[in-house]
Amino acid sequence: MPGAIYAEGLVKTFGDVRALDGVDLDVPEGTVLGLLGPNGAGKTTAVRCLTTLLRPDSGRAVVAGVDVLGHPDAVRRSIGLSGQFAAVDEYLTGRENLQMVGQLYQMRAKQAKARAVELLEQFHLTDAADRPTKTYSGGMRRRLDLAAALVVSPPVMFMDEPTTGLDPRNRQQLWEVIKQLVSGGTTLLLTTQYLEEADHLAHDIAVVDHGKVIAQGTSDELKARTGGERVEVVVHEREHISTAAEVLGGFGKGDTTVEEHTRRLTVPVTGGAKLLAEVIRELDSRGIEIDDIALRRPTLDDVFLSLTGHVAEEKPEGNGEQGNKQGNKKNTRKETAK
Amino acid sequence: MSAVNDSMVVARRNLIRMGRIPEMLIFGLIQPIMFVVLFTYVFGGSITVGSSTSTQAYREFLMAGIFAQTVTFATAGAGAGIADDMHKGLIDRFRSLPMARGAVLTGRTLADLVQTALTLVVLAVVALTVGWRTHENIGKVLAGFGLLLLLGYAFSWIGALIGLTVRTPEAATSGGLIWLFPLTFISNAFVDASHLPTFLRHIAEWNPFSATVQACRELFGNLPPGFNASSAWPMQHPVWASLIWSVVIILAFRTLAVRKYRRAAG
Repeated sequence: MPGAIYAEGLVKTFGDVRALDGVDLDVPEGTVLGLLGPNGAGKTTAVRCLTTLLRPDSGRAVVAGVDVLGHPDAVRRSIGLSGQFAAVDEYLTGRENLQMVGQLYQMRAKQAKARAVELLEQFHLTDAADRPTKTYSGGMRRRLDLAAALVVSPPVMFMDEPTTGLDPRNRQQLWEVIKQLVSGGTTLLLTTQYLEEADHLAHDIAVVDHGKVIAQGTSDELKARTGGERVEVVVHEREHISTAAEVLGGFGKGDTTVEEHTRRLTVPVTGGAKLLAEVIRELDSRGIEIDDIALRRPTLDDVFLSLTGHVAEEKPEGNGEQGNKQGNKKNTRKETAK
Repeated sequence: MSAVNDSMVVARRNLIRMGRIPEMLIFGLIQPIMFVVLFTYVFGGSITVGSSTSTQAYREFLMAGIFAQTVTFATAGAGAGIADDMHKGLIDRFRSLPMARGAVLTGRTLADLVQTALTLVVLAVVALTVGWRTHENIGKVLAGFGLLLLLGYAFSWIGALIGLTVRTPEAATSGGLIWLFPLTFISNAFVDASHLPTFLRHIAEWNPFSATVQACRELFGNLPPGFNASSAWPMQHPVWASLIWSVVIILAFRTLAVRKYRRAAG
């Protein structure tokens, strides 16, 4: 039986650009899938196809047990959407926004009102409830945006880059909210360019590049696929570097790299902590004093690099976050206009 | 039923917004008021209509034209509003909700209708202070305003389509206005169209905008003495012509705009 979110061979082209080039996804009920990839990888397009906003050129998608192309309205009743492109009205207050969304989910006015009060409380927005949202901070807006997606407690949620542009504190807060939500059994598909975020929130990670899922698995599985661990040693004396290199060479599964000026040696290994202990004993018996030694597991950065040949978090042009956001917006605009 | 409810919810949202951005309403009034003053006092003395040379005759002749021009500016408001919603991502929010497909646009155009009505009230008061008077019974006068509102509503659907087509609110504003100038000037709004060169005269007579202007002049009793309406059908039956034009525009542009709105959603 397909999962709560299921896609098979999704293709979407914009002019010459194949934004989606045959995407397959399967998210079991109650789990979180992190869709990880750089800007322009096709993450947003995938979410737009799954949330009925965009019609794929070919392929099939089933969300909450309903065929997305066949019964888009039924899908809309079961999903919540939050993120970079699903906004709130900046001139309406937080309360008015939530009430409006509730009513458009076909709640009665009274019911929508009561639900808005609950959500404002839950997202710590009660104090700001009657202020127009343009006076909100970035973090507050994201929380309201998320609240708007949760008005009907939908069984399936989509979040498109929920924390892009947020400072670390607000990001942490939002992560807590998302974790709570998921612990309540909601199925979630989340896109992100932050490896840390996917690692932190998702059960499964699908790495997307050039409109394709190029790898999928748990964070640990992906790391294991990249080819394991390395031992890193920093020796105290410069003249010990060559002896240390000899020792590490004996344990290593590949070439030892040496950085002379930092006195750092790195070698790929297998065998984990047990091997680390052996390395330490051997170095000690040779009388090599060390400043630091560690077993390094690959980060998702390493995973992405080894899978795609380029790093995941491409530096946006211009000045940091702002340039980044604008870039995203432009992507979205293009997709909407076609 | 959900179509009606959803439209009302969206209309309410837009009205709340308008209340919080009163500048929009105020700026929307400045131009028509300026036109009333300019045409009345600057051009008024040198433009003659019908057989009358009195400035009062032109003043009364003029107002229907300015009212009609003002209601068509709803195009820019609706266009800019919808383009802004697209740009900010609100349209995507609405599209992901289980609501009636046309409701976002219907709600917006209904809110614009309310704004147009408010604008007309203020403008009518200004017109009365510079000497505009009606010479028919109240029922006919109200019918004239009804035709103006219907024309404004029709044009806001043109605006909705423009808003969904262009990328930014700025483009929607200029895209909603530039063609309105030739449309409203190549008409009977400010001058007696029979004085126009033949080619322009035909355009003016069949201009949907002219039909409403002529209808209002009849219903307000503002046709100057000795004014010969052209023999073109819309000028002979302006009330019908105005109704037909407005309904046709609404049907055509509503269909196109709603299709455009849904297209991506499938």
